[in-house]
Amino acid sequence: MSSATAKKLRPKYLSLSALLFEIRLPLPGWVSILHRVSGALLFFPFTAWALYLLDSSLASAQDFERIKAYLELPLAKLGLLAFVWAYCHHFCAGVRFLLLDLNRGIELRPARASSMLVLAVSLATTVFFAFLLW
Amino acid sequence: MKRIVVGAHQGTGSWLAQRITAVFMALYTVILLVVFLRDAPATYGAWQALFAQGWMRVATLLFAVSLAWHAWVGVRDIFMDYVKPDGLRLALHVLVALVLAAYLGWSVEILWR
Repeated sequence: MSSATAKKLRPKYLSLSALLFEIRLPLPGWVSILHRVSGALLFFPFTAWALYLLDSSLASAQDFERIKAYLELPLAKLGLLAFVWAYCHHFCAGVRFLLLDLNRGIELRPARASSMLVLAVSLATTVFFAFLLW
Repeated sequence: MKRIVVGAHQGTGSWLAQRITAVFMALYTVILLVVFLRDAPATYGAWQALFAQGWMRVATLLFAVSLAWHAWVGVRDIFMDYVKPDGLRLALHVLVALVLAAYLGWSVEILWR
């Protein structure tokens, strides 16, 4: 057996520490896993929260004002910010995946560039929204 | 005997449905963004008037249906990847279906009250 194969322990089991510290995910991998994370968050709790906000704000003028005041709470603002990031990341990454499905930008360099763009646009939008809120 | 229960073309149908619903939701998002950027409804009257329009109600209902369908495929994919015990996965799928059905019912209630 060559030394190259002897050095590495196989099979390699994925422990949490391996996932966090040993395996370096390439940028498209980050876009992909964050698309999954943001999708799960949008399913729950954000859709439920959005429906609650829509329901209450449309109920009556008093409820509309109550929801407006509620969304001024720091914790609610943080929630909105997380919602904006999840929505924007899921949206941008989704558009990227649709384009990849159409064989647009599947070469290594454009694929890396577009994943960078997705991460940057969703973060920039979140920061911009933070400025609007505070 | 080990049997794998998979119907023909089920995966392709879900794959396509997820993409079509995604495109519709993206369009709705852009339209809503334009509405907000042009004239953000800041008062209760304006907010209610926006959702009193027929096209807005129908578009929002279609968004809710798209979201339920899209999330049904997506969340199921997540459970299929990470939850190995069949019984637990089935239970989670049922839970997801119930939650999505509840979302849909709630949306209809909000839009046509």
